Amino acid sequence: MADEVVLLDYWASPFGMRARIALREKGVKFEYREENLRDKSPLLLQMNPVHKKIPVLIHNGKPVCESMNVVQYIDEVWSNKNTILPSDPYQRAQARFWIDFIDTKVYEPADKIWFTTGEVQETAKKDFIEALKILEAELGDKPYFGGDNFGFVDIAMTGYYSWFQTFEKCANFSIEPECPTLMASAKRCFFLISLVSGQPLSQISPEEVQRPSSKDVKSLWPGFEAGWRTPQPRFHYHQATKPGSAKRCLQRKTVVDSVPGPDELFALAFKLRKEYGV
Amino acid sequence: MANSTILLDYWPSMFCMRARVALREKGVEFEAREEDLANKSPLLLQSNPIHKKVPVLIHNGKPVCESLNVVQYVDEAWSDKNPFFPSDPYGKAQARFWGDFVDKKFSDAQFKIWGKKGEEQAAGVKEFIEAVKILEAELGDKPYFGGDTFGYVDIALITFYSWFGAYEKFGNFSIEAESPKLIAWAKRCMEKESVSKSLPDQEKIVAYAAEFRKNNL
Repeated sequence: MADEVVLLDYWASPFGMRARIALREKGVKFEYREENLRDKSPLLLQMNPVHKKIPVLIHNGKPVCESMNVVQYIDEVWSNKNTILPSDPYQRAQARFWIDFIDTKVYEPADKIWFTTGEVQETAKKDFIEALKILEAELGDKPYFGGDNFGFVDIAMTGYYSWFQTFEKCANFSIEPECPTLMASAKRCFFLISLVSGQPLSQISPEEVQRPSSKDVKSLWPGFEAGWRTPQPRFHYHQATKPGSAKRCLQRKTVVDSVPGPDELFALAFKLRKEYGV
Repeated sequence: MANSTILLDYWPSMFCMRARVALREKGVEFEAREEDLANKSPLLLQSNPIHKKVPVLIHNGKPVCESLNVVQYVDEAWSDKNPFFPSDPYGKAQARFWGDFVDKKFSDAQFKIWGKKGEEQAAGVKEFIEAVKILEAELGDKPYFGGDTFGYVDIALITFYSWFGAYEKFGNFSIEAESPKLIAWAKRCMEKESVSKSLPDQEKIVAYAAEFRKNNL
């Protein structure tokens, strides 16, 4: 019997992005259903009656809720490729610890940065940077939080990376000087690379990597502003080990296919701020 | 510190109790070291520099923090007996979901009951009862949240039972009246030695909470 996989989601949600990335990492065919969060579908309310939130993964009619729970479920069901969680109990505990850190210490100030002003926003900025610095120290010299492989914690952070530009614009600050390892890469995010689908970046040879034409780029990211992406020389594989974790994450095809452009996210944030008189 | 299991602990903490229950369920010999939270040990500050909180499990010198994380680690590190999770991915996902629910909705609500007063406390009682009803519905007719066997969600929730006396006294309501099923479940769990050895008497917790309220409210 073929698997029926439906994802109830909202395009801008960093939590939804996690589920999308995980499904694509595993090469799972799924039906994406966009929810209107102001008018939630009967299906969403039925599948997640406790929290009524997205993402909800519905696998053969059975719902799985809470984004990192969904990612872990995906990893366990489709266990034949691109392992997301390590197998060692201590490393798994470490990964779960950092998820909890991200979903409290990064999420709470991040949410305030784009949606508040004044002192509340200033405090949120400080807390946010402090949290990113702790994460940057944890990342160290590793290519990914997962070590050599894009993993559980990387997936958790990638949704936030997509919102970095929006945070900077809303709160008038720059993340890069504070967290160069994380941010230097996120700045060149959405840099599209033709990747052999599903292969980890470390297995791509330099010859296979090409920079797409600007025509391709514009068709994929409506509203893209040329200024956001600095023109790059031909990408060389060895450069992948220099830029930070965020860039590496955002260059994976599975991520590129799952994560909206920074300008779309900022447009949404701007619209919501206006609507709520922020 | 090779081949050692140390738990940095605090006797009234329902989060620390989870770690104790988990270790006892697996028959692990461990050393519980009581922390003075007003004067945290260098070992605690070194083992959990980010949150500086208990419980911390130090297994062969390596620290694991956050109580439900500790419970999952204990399950995976001592996987030879009493599994805390079902074997199928969906069952595991359900267990993780309810563990998360206890940590979010239930935990926040219960703190308001004994840790606050006035309107905040009243709101806490209301939220607590709501959460209890949701949990009761999830339990259904099963002997444990884990089904026939005591598991992850049972461990996550049972430790709050030691605080039920405090909730009832300071929140001025009866939990049994709201949910007899939940009380029956709790008493069933308390029959297990791993649980009864790990939870302090309810009277001691009432006294602890009274002291907190005297000093803070």
